[in-house]
Amino acid sequence: MDILNAFVLLLNFVVVPAVSYGSQLALGALGITLIYGILRFSHFAHGDIMAFSTMSVILATWAMQGAGLSLGPLPTALLAIPLGIAVTAALLLGADRSVYRFYRKVKAKPIIVVMASLGVMFVVNGLVRFIIGPDDQDFADGARFLFTVREFRDFTGLDEGLGLRTTQVITVVVTVLVVWALFWFLNRTRTGKSMRAFSDNEDLALLSGINPERVVTVTWIIVAALITICGVLYGLDKSFKPFTYFQLLLPMFAAAILGGMGSPVGAVAGAYVIAFSEVAVTYAYRKVLEYLLPADWAPEGLVQLLGTDYKFAVSFVLLVIVLLIRPTGIFKGQTL
Amino acid sequence: MNPRTPLLFAVMGLLLVYVGWSQSPSVALGLLTMCLLSAIMALGVNIQWGYAGLFSTGTMGFVALGGLAAVLTSMPHEAENWAAGGPRALFALLVGAGIIVAAVLLWKRLPPGTMRTAAVGGVLAVGFWVYRWLYDPATIAIEGTNTAASGYLGGLGLPILFSWITGALLAAAVAWVIGKISLGLRSDYLAIATLGIAEVIIAVLKNEDWLSRGVRNVNGLPREPVPYEVDLQASPEFIAWAEWLGMDTVEASSLFVKLCFVAIFVVVLGVLMWMSERAWTSPWGRMMRAIRDNETAARAMGKDVKARHLQVFILGSAILGMAGAMLVTLDGLMTPGGYQPLRFTFLIWVMVIVGGSGNNWGSVLGGFLIWFLWVQVEPMGLWVMDLVTGTLAEDSPLRAHLIEAAAHMRLITMGIILLLVLRFAPRGLIPEK
Amino acid sequence: MSEPFLIGQGMTGGYGGADILHGCTIAVEKGEIAVIVGPNGAGKSTAMKAVFGMLKLRQGKVLLDGQEITGLSPQARVGKGMGFVPQTSNIFPSMTVEENLEMGAFIRTDDFKDTLEQVYHLFPILKQKRLQAAGELSGGQRQQVAVGRALMTRPKVLMLDEPTAGVSPIVMDELFDRIIEIARTGISILMVEQNARQALAIADKGYVLVQGANRFTDTGAALLADPEVRRSFLGG
Repeated sequence: MDILNAFVLLLNFVVVPAVSYGSQLALGALGITLIYGILRFSHFAHGDIMAFSTMSVILATWAMQGAGLSLGPLPTALLAIPLGIAVTAALLLGADRSVYRFYRKVKAKPIIVVMASLGVMFVVNGLVRFIIGPDDQDFADGARFLFTVREFRDFTGLDEGLGLRTTQVITVVVTVLVVWALFWFLNRTRTGKSMRAFSDNEDLALLSGINPERVVTVTWIIVAALITICGVLYGLDKSFKPFTYFQLLLPMFAAAILGGMGSPVGAVAGAYVIAFSEVAVTYAYRKVLEYLLPADWAPEGLVQLLGTDYKFAVSFVLLVIVLLIRPTGIFKGQTL
Repeated sequence: MNPRTPLLFAVMGLLLVYVGWSQSPSVALGLLTMCLLSAIMALGVNIQWGYAGLFSTGTMGFVALGGLAAVLTSMPHEAENWAAGGPRALFALLVGAGIIVAAVLLWKRLPPGTMRTAAVGGVLAVGFWVYRWLYDPATIAIEGTNTAASGYLGGLGLPILFSWITGALLAAAVAWVIGKISLGLRSDYLAIATLGIAEVIIAVLKNEDWLSRGVRNVNGLPREPVPYEVDLQASPEFIAWAEWLGMDTVEASSLFVKLCFVAIFVVVLGVLMWMSERAWTSPWGRMMRAIRDNETAARAMGKDVKARHLQVFILGSAILGMAGAMLVTLDGLMTPGGYQPLRFTFLIWVMVIVGGSGNNWGSVLGGFLIWFLWVQVEPMGLWVMDLVTGTLAEDSPLRAHLIEAAAHMRLITMGIILLLVLRFAPRGLIPEK
Repeated sequence: MSEPFLIGQGMTGGYGGADILHGCTIAVEKGEIAVIVGPNGAGKSTAMKAVFGMLKLRQGKVLLDGQEITGLSPQARVGKGMGFVPQTSNIFPSMTVEENLEMGAFIRTDDFKDTLEQVYHLFPILKQKRLQAAGELSGGQRQQVAVGRALMTRPKVLMLDEPTAGVSPIVMDELFDRIIEIARTGISILMVEQNARQALAIADKGYVLVQGANRFTDTGAALLADPEVRRSFLGG
């Protein structure tokens, strides 16, 4: 009986949140790894662009909510995602035309392009704060829970309960769909294969008649979709605050590097490793141990490996370990 | 030296004089102190970038370490807190460091395989448990003593100028660890790793209350030899002197304090510039630039590129640490929450790029100019907003929002400046010679 | 004699600085194998790259099937029926063998299944390993992928830059056999080779270049028999 209780606790506080967070990170890391593999630079503006697209979705959602539109038990924000993707794609393509394309033409050193993405980050960061302000914004609506902790407890008769938020379920479902669609696109369509070829061997791809600007445009559009969906899911699940999205840069990059920069499979795998580590290391296991251990062995303290404020430190430590042991990552991405 | 340089500095000087005239001398001097400090930070970053082409985004972390060093060096010793758990906490930290070193050594000495992973994993697991067993009770005890007034260990009670050195040393130590890990890999990886370490450092400062009071901040940091305004206002000699100058005592005291800081900062900047310029033209400097411009060739000639990069990374970070300690001295308080990545790390990068990356004088100019713009864009932005919203109703929400948001114009302006300079004048205002 | 199918005539130029080629002429007939040999630094690869349009010629012109193509980019020349196999970095390592071949046919708008089968027929081992990542294959097999990729556009001329560089002698023989087979289907072959002796043995035409200019031009057999050529370049 106690084992079940401990198990349910772990499910509720570790497994489910980690799967949800990992899915969100996976979408973000996929964008980063695609940009690195095809456009060959580290996109430091990723977090703030994500804030921008989520902001557009939030504004559209408020408008919709004001107009009385709703999606029933699902968050209204989902309706606004296509608009968000369009806006983000426009922003990214605009940034590409006005900033990054020049450096591609002159074959500038990669680090210069990273600096340019810093400039873009500044501008977008300022824009987001200018338009919506730096504070927390709430835009979730619809049913909050699929089933609550209490409902679970009543149903099973256990002491501990598992609650599933709708946002968590939506996150996983949407992530699975998006990842499946992306991999289908990359592996089964001519355009997708041409993008992989371009990432693999740019000169040979050009020789084969693959149009580089078309590859770049398609990449940015796909990244726009990934960024918007990731940002909205994260914002619905947790909350929207511009600074939080900047902070997500570290775990997203850590996930992409851990999995192997440039490898989409790696990005997804890395994201779940990072998410599970972050959640597992910062969870207080006291109650779980109380259930599992005999009474006189019960722990005194919280039994928390690291405080929750050190969440990002976990990503950092994992990043350091990867850089020390195997810089190419799990799935042997590109290092140079 | 480039003939443009003195001209540009003269323009900069005029701008400051203009502020002094149109707003107040106090504001201009305050601006000047921060300009000097920004110039020092830009110099530190430029040493990493200009000499070795290293792109580090961890500036904020090293500056924060300087602030921590200031607290640890010069705040008064809290005897009760120390008795409650000081030795045990420090011992725990030593043990923790020892565990990590042991794990690293084991990893290097043992042959690859399950044995090695098991051994290292075991050492880390057991070590972590021991560390926490030592650490937790100690820190809880420290934080529990005198929580309102202190709740932390305090410092060594040394004069604060010492902390400028300890700040540099602390930053150098951390830079050594980070550099060892991430140098020798692709340049982007250093950027990401340093981004991470900066966040970790800030997280430690915010959460380890026993060390630095966390988010409750440390204030009342000493600042000898610079006098406090209140002391000046109470001193009869100073009052007489102010009268002789025809100035109000309060204003005179504020100006005097600021002038003291300006003087000290100018001396520090001067010394650093002199050393940097000497290094730039020295054989060591030429070798560093040769490595930066053609790493493969340098490696082929037998240069230990990674070691050289590490040297430069440590030097630059040490300067940043010193600047962090200086900043805390100037403010008289250390607030972990005040270390924002955009404000510190990326703004300083704008300074280096705009001023002239690779050129020490350029970084100084960039430090001055960009800090100036950063501060002045806000009132200018407000003025623009006022103009733009003048047509709207007095209490229109849009107007209120725009006025409030004018502050964020700074970020947009800085970003656009950086992009424009990178694109059209990538060598900056004062190019590398 | 009739106009050669592909000819780079009087080519003079370089990569931007000093000239590497000095009035060099390379030509190949339909269905023929032409081989460019010479000492290191003679400009062999440069000559072939000039024919392919990878460098700007200061003087000279290139004609394909009577048409002047001197101003065309390499990609455009691929469209006109030229195929090029670079010496290194000539496959997509993370993509499967079949995907590599698919990418070879990228500019084609028609169904290329027949061509795919032909390539598999020519290189049976590629059919065996179609779903394996090309980067995991051995050196010789990778070269086969590279050549197969170039054949997917049904080129009229196939240019190979040192195809046997770094492969074992057995693999080299096999590759040369395949090249002869390809030529038999009517595709002209222009090849730069370091292994001069073996290459000239299968060549209908041989060009010996020295310092960017033609030194000896004759049939492969004649060059092999020429005592001066043997002494200078074939080790006697």
